Amino acid sequence: MSPENLQVKIKAENLDFYYGATRALKNVTIECFDKRVTAIIGPSGCGKSTFIRTLNRMNDLIPGTRLEGKILIDGADIHAPEVDVVDLRRRVGMVFQKPNPFPKSIFDNIAYGLRINGMKDRRKLEETAERSLRGAALWDEVKDRLDDNAFSLSGGQQQRLCIARALAVEPEVILFDEPCSAIDPIATAKVEDLIEHLKTRYTVVIVTHNMQQAARVSDHTAFMMLGELVEFDRTERIFTNPANKLTEDYITGRFG
Amino acid sequence: MRRSTRKKLAQAAGFLALRVAMGLVLAVLVLFLYDIGSKGGGAISWEFLSQAPRRGMTEGGIFPAIVGTFLVTLITALLAIPLGMCSAIYLNEYARQTWLTRLIRLSIRNLSGVPSIVYGLFGVILFVNVLRLGTSILSAGLTLGLMTLPWTITASEEALKTIPDSYREGALALGATKWQMIRTNVLPYAVPGMLTGTVLGLARAAGETAPIMFTGAAFYLPYLPKSLSDQFMALPYHLYIMATQHHAIQQVRPLAYGTALVLIALVLGLNMTAVVIRYRLRRKRR
Repeated sequence: MSPENLQVKIKAENLDFYYGATRALKNVTIECFDKRVTAIIGPSGCGKSTFIRTLNRMNDLIPGTRLEGKILIDGADIHAPEVDVVDLRRRVGMVFQKPNPFPKSIFDNIAYGLRINGMKDRRKLEETAERSLRGAALWDEVKDRLDDNAFSLSGGQQQRLCIARALAVEPEVILFDEPCSAIDPIATAKVEDLIEHLKTRYTVVIVTHNMQQAARVSDHTAFMMLGELVEFDRTERIFTNPANKLTEDYITGRFG
Repeated sequence: MRRSTRKKLAQAAGFLALRVAMGLVLAVLVLFLYDIGSKGGGAISWEFLSQAPRRGMTEGGIFPAIVGTFLVTLITALLAIPLGMCSAIYLNEYARQTWLTRLIRLSIRNLSGVPSIVYGLFGVILFVNVLRLGTSILSAGLTLGLMTLPWTITASEEALKTIPDSYREGALALGATKWQMIRTNVLPYAVPGMLTGTVLGLARAAGETAPIMFTGAAFYLPYLPKSLSDQFMALPYHLYIMATQHHAIQQVRPLAYGTALVLIALVLGLNMTAVVIRYRLRRKRR
């Protein structure tokens, strides 16, 4: 599709997903590129959150669901029997719609992912905490209060803490599931800057309701509707010259 | 204007009704505590608390009954707390929510409504006869433990349900295994709530008579139990004897009231423990 030197990081092939008898994803085929931001847009209930949650197999947790088709990360099927889902989730981090800090100190939140992997060395934990908090542009705001409860942070800070927490385990991919829908515009701007910055090191996939956000932060955009992938292209093309009439109607605000 | 007056009157009447209901409940409680306190208070002394009954239980104290109730409650706790918590963790965190788990849950709820005398008779068959534990502290404690289990399971499950799923998802998304997630991000926040419900269940068990009267509680023992396979005296059973079975009921009435007072204080103390645990949990959450 592109002249640039793009490397495929994630590939979904003919993906179908069912909640019981309801088919939430219909034959979705898409590629997300390494060190790029892929945005998924579409009206509520179009399956974009369902899609992003298949990438770290978060949907495995919901009883009565079924997946067909394939998801490849670096060419390897993430549903292959030898794949350890715990390992997969460490490689594919996720930031949720609502900030979900744990009721622990700021430091313990960041250290959580490392500690469950057996890291005990206090100095290394502190180094990682600083690096992750800097990476999430939160360090200056919290460096003097790392022992405070994470709930004492504002909503936007909490979301950046969750990003830092995801960064701490050094994933390869970071999934954002509508990360700004529960925080204010200023905090949103900070998170967007951050995403811009994160793509230098990670593969980023972001689900968003906000089309301006998709236009601002992403390199590629996928438009989904009713469980189907309607169009996928470079972001500027999607927003200036979409191939599909539905896409055009959506981005010009004719429905949604 | 008139309509709003009428509404206000209706509201005042409603509040009054609620206050009266509350007042009645409170009055009964106060009357009850006053009656037992005034009649039993005189019996309470160091001697009463620290010595065994003498002269056919017409004199002396209730020390063996206090010890017996303590020991039997301990056995109850040892059975009901770990088993109840583990069952709740399984039901809430691991089991798939199918008709079978729903049926199990419903059965557990129903078990908490089974009359305690039924547990007593069941305990005689299972622990005393089949498992040959004899009439003993162990048999009685296990019987009370069985009776308390539905309460601890239900309370523990409710406590687990109050933990937001976002804690679970967040931990799993960072690469935690299910057990790591439960151990580090669910249990620490659920255990205080689990304990609250469990202690309330224990308080109820400590005051029960029917489940222990056939399984190990003795009418009168001049000595303390030496092992868990001995019979024992217990406060509720002692009270029952003193109030209805004694040959000189009038004479021992003050002692019966004293026993009742100690038993109430014990149960109240356990309930207060639960309140304190819950209070500390709430403060920590903020």
